[in-house]
Amino acid sequence: MAVKIHLRKVTIIAERVLRDDLLKLLKRHGASGWTLHTVEGEGSRGIRASEWEGHNVQIDTLVSIDTADSIMTEISNLYFADWSIIIYSVDVEVLRGEKYQG
Amino acid sequence: MNLLAENLISPVVLCFLLGIIARWIKSDLSVPEQVYQGLSIYLLLAIGLKGGASLASTPAAEMLVPGLLTLALGVITPISAYFLMRKFGKLGIEDSAAVAAHYGSVSVVTFLAAGEAVNRAGNPGEGYLPALVAVLEVPGIIIALLFASGAGNSNSSGGWKKALHEVVTGKSIVLLGGGLVIGALCGPAKLADVQPFFATAFKGALCIFMIELGLSAGKRLRDAGRAGARLLVLGCVIPVIHGALGVFGATLAGMSPGGAAVLGAMAGSASYIAAPAAVRVALPRANPAYYLTLALGITFPFNLAFGIPLFQKLSFLFQSWL
Repeated sequence: MAVKIHLRKVTIIAERVLRDDLLKLLKRHGASGWTLHTVEGEGSRGIRASEWEGHNVQIDTLVSIDTADSIMTEISNLYFADWSIIIYSVDVEVLRGEKYQG
Repeated sequence: MNLLAENLISPVVLCFLLGIIARWIKSDLSVPEQVYQGLSIYLLLAIGLKGGASLASTPAAEMLVPGLLTLALGVITPISAYFLMRKFGKLGIEDSAAVAAHYGSVSVVTFLAAGEAVNRAGNPGEGYLPALVAVLEVPGIIIALLFASGAGNSNSSGGWKKALHEVVTGKSIVLLGGGLVIGALCGPAKLADVQPFFATAFKGALCIFMIELGLSAGKRLRDAGRAGARLLVLGCVIPVIHGALGVFGATLAGMSPGGAAVLGAMAGSASYIAAPAAVRVALPRANPAYYLTLALGITFPFNLAFGIPLFQKLSFLFQSWL
């Protein structure tokens, strides 16, 4: 088996309209890729525009610990005040880890 | 009274009601998102093609005055909506601007329902009306965002470009405008090939779309109660003011009674497809509960039930005065 490397999986769940901005932000911080799902759910904000114009998006990306921190800091500064957004990270073991350390 | 009943008992309005009832009795009915997205593409393109085909045979001079009038309505309605929301709705600057963007823009489904109503009454409107829908869609949102940025809203400056992008490149403008161009280039003869698909099933597709709108509006109706009496009243008064203005202007511009009623319904309507996404981007601090509830939960059902027959009535009144 290939060597396992410890990385961080950062998960962002946000309104549909933020999709492109968030992907750009990830790229800017050096994330080498992402996976996106459309999801639905309910949270403390209740009603929101995205309910009508498409679902929410969930973006997963595998990055180093430092990159994860810088992504989470920037997102919290930019979006927490006005948007429905959730962001968390978990430690993961990744095969072929060199692919994700840009 | 007859006009009112005649307007209410139609497949389109009753399907909307069915959607509301389904939500109310907690039915498991839902229109899958792909189906609703597909239907909206079908409907918008069909409207565009039909309007484009009649543009091909309409002299530009005939459209000039109604076109300028529509542009003027697109500028006036967000301004009046903004001040009504500030003064009587007691909303903040951002919330008022957000609501104004919705009233300044146009609801395509209200336009369709009004078109159906005048056709049934035997006074069809002008064939170029879909082009006016495209004209009315954009300026309202821009004017409304000006209010927010004029008030020193630093946050909206970054969102400006994105909001404009959302509106101008949104599917409603792309499909409607694209359909208009295609229809105008091809003309009625070449469109005859695609007509079986776009014309025959149109009203049926609209019915299914209305069920989805009813389901969404049903969700908003519960919030409408919580929005308070002021907003409830404004949600019914604003369409009447804007609609009457639209009918009056259209009659002055020499449009037919049917066309004037439809333009009135357009002016009195509040967008809920193009505007919400643009406003969410440009004015993230505005509360979507206000603008979505007003546009979809109050004004749209009001126009469907009372606004459209009222504008038809007004159109005939103005026609006989002027």
